[in-house]
Amino acid sequence: MTAMLETRGLKAFYGDFQALFGVDIAVAKGETVAIIGANGAGKTSLMRAISGVLSSKPEMVVYRDEPIGALAAPDVLARGIAMVPEGRRLFPSLSVEENLLIGAYGRKGQGPWTLETVYALFPILRERRNNPATALSGGQQQMVAIGRALMSNPDVLLCDEISLGLAPVVVRDIYAAFPRIRETGASIVIVEQDIAQALKVATRVYCLMEGRVTLSGRPDALTREQIHQAYFGAPCHALH
Amino acid sequence: MRFIDTIVQGVLLGGLYALFAAGLSLVFGIMRLVNLAHGDLIVLAAFLILLLTSALGLNPFLAALIAAPLMFTAGWALQYLVLNRTLGKDVLPPLLVTFGISIVLQNGLLEAFSADSRRVSIGTLESASIAVGQLNVGLMPLMTFLSALAVIFSLNQLIYRTALGRAFRATSDDIVTAGLMGIRPQRVFAVATGLAMVVVTIAALYLGTRANFDPTSGPSRLIYAFEAVIIGGLGSLWGTLAGGVILGVAQTVGAAINPEWQILAGHLAFLAVLVIRPRGLFPRAVD
Amino acid sequence: MSIALPSFKVETRSGTSSLAALTTVAGLALALAAPLIVSRGVVQDLFFILTMLVLAQNWNLLAGYAGLISVGQQVFVGFGAYAMFGAVTLAGVDPIAAILIAGVLSALLAIPTAFFTFRLQGPYFAIGTWVVAEVVRLLLAQWKALGGGTGTSLPRDATRDMAGVDIVRDLFGMKVAAANDALAYWIALLLALATIGFIYRLLKSKQGLGLAAVRDNEQAARAVGVDARRMKALVYVTTAFVTGLAGALIYLQKARISPDAAFSVTDWTAYVIFIVVIGGIGTIEGPIIGVILFFLLQKLFADFGSWYLLVLGLIGILVMLFSPRGLWGLFSDRTGIQLFPVRRKLIGGPLEHMPKGGPNG
Repeated sequence: MTAMLETRGLKAFYGDFQALFGVDIAVAKGETVAIIGANGAGKTSLMRAISGVLSSKPEMVVYRDEPIGALAAPDVLARGIAMVPEGRRLFPSLSVEENLLIGAYGRKGQGPWTLETVYALFPILRERRNNPATALSGGQQQMVAIGRALMSNPDVLLCDEISLGLAPVVVRDIYAAFPRIRETGASIVIVEQDIAQALKVATRVYCLMEGRVTLSGRPDALTREQIHQAYFGAPCHALH
Repeated sequence: MRFIDTIVQGVLLGGLYALFAAGLSLVFGIMRLVNLAHGDLIVLAAFLILLLTSALGLNPFLAALIAAPLMFTAGWALQYLVLNRTLGKDVLPPLLVTFGISIVLQNGLLEAFSADSRRVSIGTLESASIAVGQLNVGLMPLMTFLSALAVIFSLNQLIYRTALGRAFRATSDDIVTAGLMGIRPQRVFAVATGLAMVVVTIAALYLGTRANFDPTSGPSRLIYAFEAVIIGGLGSLWGTLAGGVILGVAQTVGAAINPEWQILAGHLAFLAVLVIRPRGLFPRAVD
Repeated sequence: MSIALPSFKVETRSGTSSLAALTTVAGLALALAAPLIVSRGVVQDLFFILTMLVLAQNWNLLAGYAGLISVGQQVFVGFGAYAMFGAVTLAGVDPIAAILIAGVLSALLAIPTAFFTFRLQGPYFAIGTWVVAEVVRLLLAQWKALGGGTGTSLPRDATRDMAGVDIVRDLFGMKVAAANDALAYWIALLLALATIGFIYRLLKSKQGLGLAAVRDNEQAARAVGVDARRMKALVYVTTAFVTGLAGALIYLQKARISPDAAFSVTDWTAYVIFIVVIGGIGTIEGPIIGVILFFLLQKLFADFGSWYLLVLGLIGILVMLFSPRGLWGLFSDRTGIQLFPVRRKLIGGPLEHMPKGGPNG
């Protein structure tokens, strides 16, 4: 496997507080990778470090053989890595359609995603295109956030906690869009607290605990016992 | 009749105050920055127009057309190189740095142009007026007001109809997420201040042609601009126009009663609005 | 596991401050005797330094500690000065008593002023204070009994017969003018010392801790029961009182007043802001350093007129951009010296031995 996106010994800090202690992950072209882990394991920090919101040393994040760890978020986006941030983070002053359009602000060149194809992916958004983005339901807002990231025609899509706070049926609707995104050849990295959901969509899984990778592999090759151990740092039975 | 005349004069004067205020309002709306040197930048632009008219013999309107891109560049550089460094949670640095810039500009202009009062001559236009019914309306005040309408309409179109305007609003909402969209906030802010300086140039054209100005005229223009913004409500450009008009009418009515009360009446109108509607007449911004 | 309870002691004193206390006593004695030792010109210079120091300490308390950034403090200088003039020329009050009246009236003026300006936040508060100053200036310019827009002078005999002048003359054998200067100087010295002492004690007190909490995080401070608005209002009124006293004292010495001079943004706010910013905002030492530097710069460059202000503005901008804690901040960071230690130190607890920046904080 040749990795398109890699982190190599990635360390990340919030001021004095260290969130990541040497994380290695690799994402190949077209792959869907899931990052799982408990609250505070460093999943969001990992996403923020890759997307350029958190700065690290240049060679700690490598994309298409280029060190990008020290780049700012707009420069990371320009290279083809887009993020759906935790909590959706829609722009309240912008309508649904404007939120989608702003996603194309940093785009260079053409690609599969336009307003039309995003509306085709999430038809409800077309109906609500002129509403303020924050007037939508949680699930619809999440669709806007994903559509907004797609509008930049990314080669890598980072999705941070997209099912958080949503009803299971809504989560199913959102994940139903993933095969179509994958068809465009994009790699997807999802951060997910719902382990079952993560194992279902991912081709490979990394488990984080306290800022370190504790387990990785194909979902079908991992046992429940292993995941529990990696997730909580204690064997299954110790918890019950 | 005299009363109606006073009101009309006040409304038209309000156009000038709206022009003073529009740039301040734009910059505050996008980056929550209050530039204490705003008035001095208007005076700087007026001197620039004066220089172009007297040295090159240009028509003032043409001079303003040349001054506008120069002021845009100056504003862009000021924001990108200096003011961006001061933005953050603490309101002290931007205030004190722009206060320092205000003092530097005033004294720089004093050195360059002396303390004498100046005026940009526009020939016969100065006293031209048109009759509306029984009223005689000065052409320059009318043009000032129409320019204010045009400026505020254009700024609104820019903010609500263009990609740049979307970037302005997105950056104002959430600067980190804007970065994830490929927006470079530092540059967006620089463009916004550049645009504010274009508006400042238009304001300076009318300031310079309608009344005398000198290097220390800036602070009172800042205060009028500020009052118009607060009366209108933060974040609303049409509100700013309304604020300018209220200020202008208050001043002309005050002056009609006693010429010494013109400025005072404007301030009192502002304080009255502050008590009755602390968030202004047409508030939009949440903070 | 059992944990032995460590004994804590909260201290704000540091070793250097005891040494400083000794030098202070010597300096004080010298300062008190100054009018007997140095020339009248020097006494006037010292008077200027002390009154600017009082204004700077007050603005620093307001902006640096209470987070109330005002560019309209000239309102209290001007109003205090006018109140003193009014009391002396219209009511025949003794100038010394008139200074006190001026302070009280300034504090009273601060109440309606706060009513308007406290509706505005952050930068808008700043310009709001300026508007209020303009309003008061324009209103006082209408007061024809005090000269209207052109101003007026204090009657000569009012200052000559001022309480205390005779005593100073008899005691030290001074002429009237010199005795006037000496008396004004001693009042200024007293005012400066009282101001610094008051601010120091305030910052060391429980209220000072609340003020620091409000400055650092107003919401959090409110959550633990600090009444932020009340604290700020109290500081605002207090600084108005002291600024009014200083304004009255300054104009007693000048003996001539006009609205434009008494409400000058440049003289009473711009200079004061630069003194505090260049010296170091949010410290008591900063304004002291700032005012000395300001005086020296003025002595050296006053002849260059507006160039002087231009350069002062540039220095202020550079300090704010590259060393926001000012000259004293730079010095204190390098050496660890604090003359007025108000930061609280926890002594004897286990925290002292903890390495900084552990995994959780």
